[in-house]
Amino acid sequence: MIEIKNITKSFDGRVVLNDISAVFETGKTNLIIGRSGSGKTVLLKNIIGLLQPDSGEIWYDNRNILSMSKDELNGLRREMGMLFQGSALFDSMTVMENVMFPLDMFSHESTQLRRKRAKFCLDRVNLLDARHLYPSEISGGMMKRAAIARAIALNPKYLFCDEPNSGLDPKTSLLIDDLIHGITKEYNMTTIINTHDMNSVMNIGDNILFIKEGIKEWQGTKKQVIQSNNSSLNDFIFASDLLKKASELNEERNQQEQEG
Amino acid sequence: MEKASALHRLGEYLLLMKKSFTAPTSWSMFFKQLIREIYKLGVDSIWIVIIISIFIGTVIAIQISLNITSPMIPKFTIGFTTREIILLEFSSSIMCLILAGKVGSSIASEIGTMRVTEQIDALEIMGVNSANFLIMPKIIALMLFIPFLVIFSMFTGILGGIMASYVAGGMTPSSFEYGLQYYFNPFYIWYSIIKSVVYAFIISSISSYFGYLVKGGSLEVGKASTNSVVMSSIMILFADVILTHLMLT
Repeated sequence: MIEIKNITKSFDGRVVLNDISAVFETGKTNLIIGRSGSGKTVLLKNIIGLLQPDSGEIWYDNRNILSMSKDELNGLRREMGMLFQGSALFDSMTVMENVMFPLDMFSHESTQLRRKRAKFCLDRVNLLDARHLYPSEISGGMMKRAAIARAIALNPKYLFCDEPNSGLDPKTSLLIDDLIHGITKEYNMTTIINTHDMNSVMNIGDNILFIKEGIKEWQGTKKQVIQSNNSSLNDFIFASDLLKKASELNEERNQQEQEG
Repeated sequence: MEKASALHRLGEYLLLMKKSFTAPTSWSMFFKQLIREIYKLGVDSIWIVIIISIFIGTVIAIQISLNITSPMIPKFTIGFTTREIILLEFSSSIMCLILAGKVGSSIASEIGTMRVTEQIDALEIMGVNSANFLIMPKIIALMLFIPFLVIFSMFTGILGGIMASYVAGGMTPSSFEYGLQYYFNPFYIWYSIIKSVVYAFIISSISSYFGYLVKGGSLEVGKASTNSVVMSSIMILFADVILTHLMLT
């Protein structure tokens, strides 16, 4: 479980995150949603320790990341997996070498066992056949899957995903969402996903945190998100015509059912 | 303001070097990376060093031959001067200025691209000291391999001069060879190698600094690459003056 308490962060006097508190539960896909520029990425970078908040606390299963020494932080980072928006695969390495990288760096197992683990992770994301290819030779969806395989190579307790569906078509996005959701349940990880993709929200949003202009506006589940009376949240969710029409159709159908 | 900015940059550079020169997280990965860098930065530069040295060696010999018209100056002076120019300045300083363009821009753009595509963030998230993993092998690789490049350059530069003595007029191969051996001081080879090792550190560390601290996108990566070449070249020239003064006077 990851808990953030009263996180505030500002850049050059401009407050980007204002007193945000939330709990991200283990075994669930926790989503941080909000418009572009709302502070999602800054919040995620604070949680993973790439940025330091001005005030507040960040707890990883009763370990405060902000009071950790450099070595303790490095130790904690080995329990983290991260999927970056642009995948961040190492260009000079093949897909297999990318997945092997964290294992080669930190695992004390034999080369044979490390290769076995890397192959297992690639197989889990259905990418075993592409293991000898370089990142420039595979599609965006495959790059995301390779990055997921690399992120789970060390069996992390915490998985972070920054805009995992950006640049992907809706069908591939669903595949990536299902993969992250499945892995979260399978390995009982605490997963935090940064997204503004409403398909992800409705598909895998076990716990959703909505941020608006650096302020926590709403928190709930995917079932509650549709029924919420929060106008800012509704503005954000129904910004898509498709969802708006689906919601209107749903309301009409409910009315007809009540009348019938 | 400029002074503060230069001081700030110097501080950043020193802190980055401090971060880079620590014990690697994994020695086996470090040696793997070191071999890769030796090949990429050093072995891949052999051809450009050979081609440039052979041509410049030839041109130096021809130019000196054309400019020595007085019968009072013996012909072996052509070989002697060619050797001195190649050993003292060309194979170390001028060759490293050329390598600052090739190797320096390559280092800055590689690390800069890794920065803007979040590959460095990915390393940090894994708990890897990214500066140590990326920068230290490059610096050590170039410092280890550059003496070989300098020796290649000396050898091929002088070979170019010998070729000129056969082809061009105004000198004979025997007088040229006599000049090459005349009053030879072996320390000049060591002087050149020592200078080149210092230049290797300058090229690789300054280029890494510019690449590592890139903020923005591809445009900034290009700027960082250009700045790294300019700054490395200026620092090489400064170091040349200081080292020449320290070692030869």
